[in-house]
Amino acid sequence: MAKTHVSTIINGEPVEFLCEAQQTLLDVLRDELNLTGSKEGCSSGDCGACTVIADGNIVCSCLMLGAEAEGRKIQTIEGIAQGDKLHPVQQKFLEHAALQCGFCTPGFIVAAKALLDQNLNPTEEETRYWLAGNLCRCTGYDKIIRAVLDAAAEMRAGAAQ
Amino acid sequence: MPSLSFTAPTTVDEAINALARAPGLAKPLAGGTDLLVQMRSGRLKPELIVDTKRIPELIGIREESDRFVIGASTPGVMIYEHQGLTRAWPGIVEGLDLIGSEQIQGRASLAGNLCNASPAADSVPAMIAARATAVIAGPNGRREAPVEAIVTGPGRTSLEKGEFIVEFHVPKPKPHQSDAYLRFIPRTEMDIAVVGVGVNVTLDTNGMCTDARVVLGAVAPTQVVADEAGAALIGHRLDDDTLSKLDAAAGRACKPINDKRGTIEYRIKVAGVLARRAAAIAFERAAKR
Repeated sequence: MAKTHVSTIINGEPVEFLCEAQQTLLDVLRDELNLTGSKEGCSSGDCGACTVIADGNIVCSCLMLGAEAEGRKIQTIEGIAQGDKLHPVQQKFLEHAALQCGFCTPGFIVAAKALLDQNLNPTEEETRYWLAGNLCRCTGYDKIIRAVLDAAAEMRAGAAQ
Repeated sequence: MPSLSFTAPTTVDEAINALARAPGLAKPLAGGTDLLVQMRSGRLKPELIVDTKRIPELIGIREESDRFVIGASTPGVMIYEHQGLTRAWPGIVEGLDLIGSEQIQGRASLAGNLCNASPAADSVPAMIAARATAVIAGPNGRREAPVEAIVTGPGRTSLEKGEFIVEFHVPKPKPHQSDAYLRFIPRTEMDIAVVGVGVNVTLDTNGMCTDARVVLGAVAPTQVVADEAGAALIGHRLDDDTLSKLDAAAGRACKPINDKRGTIEYRIKVAGVLARRAAAIAFERAAKR
């Protein structure tokens, strides 16, 4: 079957790729574009390791076809830091040691960043519900939640200055 | 795997043509949160995917004088952020909002949840209870059907080849009318309903119920409009005797299976309990209108 030609924006850069109809966006990111930060965990939308932001909403890139990215704006874990400067969520994950094996971490960071983009003052409960679609089998969730809430506090302080 | 094609038409007619012309299985794609999983598992082997999200009328919510028009492929996140719909039908919105994670809500749609045809679909009971209709486009033009006429069994719908849902019509609530949806799962999030109950009631100014619809999910091959349970509410306030009759009638409407999520007896019992609780919420909301 003829491949589909897709023009999209990934992490602010125009990107073009060819993909087969059954290739997911995750397949394209990892196998065609060498953006291997998004992880393949369950491939069924349960674990959130492949989370990306598509036109402002977090989605599982394993449940989106590559061809659907035409004309959309996609943000992946590779686009979260500003050059060498980590996003506060990334910095706080380090400070709170909110990871062990790290496999779930990109998905958590992308999802948490999207939460703080729209709400800089989430409650712990809101944060836990927001991140319910991201599974971590190492740390338990407390350190992750603390890291996100601390990042929110730092970003609020920064915004107030 | 047979070769798969993908197309993303921008008009309803192009989509109908693509779906109708495909010799093998052609599937409309909204959020893909069920379709892609079923393709990966091999349960579905379509030869054509028709992405419906580039068709402008399939995305978004329009408020008209007497109804809401919800584009079939509108993602959950756009629906629960719609204040008019959330105020009018909190039960419909809370049912849809229960589906999956934030990531799933970024994609999942009412039409997908309905046409996936799971008895446990969380967005469906409250839609049926609100007497919502689906507008279906196909090779023979458009037709409108009540939402309860779409699903005919697990994984099966009444849609013909080439047909797909373009929008849902949900009437606006009358004075003192409201709804609620509750589901039972053994945890707080990210699970499939053991039982779901949607209740939609209209009260008079004295708090007496003048109209009611009770719709059960996950207790039969399709959603069940429990007519007897609705009738138990009509002409009554929400007293103990009415609640007992509602509970018993909801249980009698169940034809559940035994599976890992719940036994037959358990589902029947829980259906009655949830019907009571959902009715209490719907009555309270309706009384405040």
